[in-house]
Amino acid sequence: MRTTITVNGQARTLEVDPRTTLLDALREHLGLTGSKKGCDHGQCGACTVLVNGVRINSCLSLLAMHDGDQVTTIEGLGTPGDLHPVQQAFLSHDAFQCGYCTPGQICSTVGMLQEAADGWASKETGDLTSPAVLTDAEIRERMSGNICRCSAYPQILAAIRDLAGEPA
Amino acid sequence: MRPFTYERAASAQAAVKAVAENPGARFLAGGTNLLDLMKLEIETPTHLVDVGRLPFASAQETADGGLKIGGAMTNSKLAAHPIVRERYPLLARAILSGASGQLRNKATNAGNLLQRTRCGYFYDTAKPCNKRQPGSGCAAIGAPGGYGAIFGGSGACIATHTSDMAVALTALDASVETMTPEGTTRTIKVADLHRLPGDTPQVETELAAGELITAIAVPPPPPGGQAYAKVRDRASYAHGLAMVAVAGTRVALGAVAAKPWRAAQAQAALEAGASPSEAAAAETAQAGGEDRLAHKIALVRRLAAATIEDAQSRRQA
Repeated sequence: MRTTITVNGQARTLEVDPRTTLLDALREHLGLTGSKKGCDHGQCGACTVLVNGVRINSCLSLLAMHDGDQVTTIEGLGTPGDLHPVQQAFLSHDAFQCGYCTPGQICSTVGMLQEAADGWASKETGDLTSPAVLTDAEIRERMSGNICRCSAYPQILAAIRDLAGEPA
Repeated sequence: MRPFTYERAASAQAAVKAVAENPGARFLAGGTNLLDLMKLEIETPTHLVDVGRLPFASAQETADGGLKIGGAMTNSKLAAHPIVRERYPLLARAILSGASGQLRNKATNAGNLLQRTRCGYFYDTAKPCNKRQPGSGCAAIGAPGGYGAIFGGSGACIATHTSDMAVALTALDASVETMTPEGTTRTIKVADLHRLPGDTPQVETELAAGELITAIAVPPPPPGGQAYAKVRDRASYAHGLAMVAVAGTRVALGAVAAKPWRAAQAQAALEAGASPSEAAAAETAQAGGEDRLAHKIALVRRLAAATIEDAQSRRQA
């Protein structure tokens, strides 16, 4: 079936089997292999992309469900010569080892920081009606949908803490 | 995944008609549970009707001071809604206790209620399961581990409903509003939406084929404090071993039955002046199940007592 999505600012039309997930469309049909297939069941977060600015697991979504949507992948965030601030923070803090989960971690961080900026609470938030303050416990909870098998969690936490600024 | 055809529904009426007329058809909204199960070929629909963009994606205060929540609204948006955060904090906390940020951004409120009632053996296609294949047996009964029903299980199935949101909605006495294949609407209490397994564990809800949840109606919050608690094997992003929601004197338990469990005995005890631990014990006195789940009954009793106490300490002015 025919679906049009805008990927990293560019309109792309695909004619594919309805079974095609958004992740497979990105990787196999559009050649954007930055988004990774880890578990393929929404458990690891390696496939995280931004759809209309919101982070989702691209493995648990059909391309057909996204007709007309704006998709941002790791390739659309920054380039080697012009890194996105989240990419730079991960680099500065050595927030990876093998790197397989990293595109998902970075896309998830971009989405998570926007959620916090929008005032969304988490399970760790004490007062649900106050602005979100990204303490370490908050960052860990909000990033729990991204697994790192190399266990670079202390460095990932440090990178995000840097981006979030000092908790009040 | 097995092959299927896909259509985006133009209206709720069209969606209901398309699913009611085709036994192989299923509604698709966020897809976080259905697509997961389709990849494992546990769910094998031949046609998907996408209801994710139907205009039921917001929440509004009702004239009586309650809240009407769109079935196609995402879990994240509901948890972030100002009215939910101010007046139904247990609902926000329950939603935020479930899944991950990515999944909550995709999962819808109706879809959350209609996620499959399941256990690990439902996912393990090498094992018998009366839900997957009626009559094949239940691999969960007698298996090790702490998961399983302590209320309302049967010899055919002891799977529990895993939704956090449904437990809070049950404590709040919420109802779902549906569109039926006949074109009428009906209202079902969330506490009555799911069925106990009996001999037909594959039938999980009271909904007819093609019946679509369009909204969830929550009455005004009851007097008294609210609290939500969840105990699980990991600190985050895991199904609960036990969940407790308290709204005033109304108590609901999660991960203990094939449905969000309305703890009517606990409520009656609280209204008769019982202490939190007495009220919790009144409910768990009705619990049963395999001996290996005895620790779970104690866990639920203690968690319920602590959560009732927490709610009472948050009593609203």
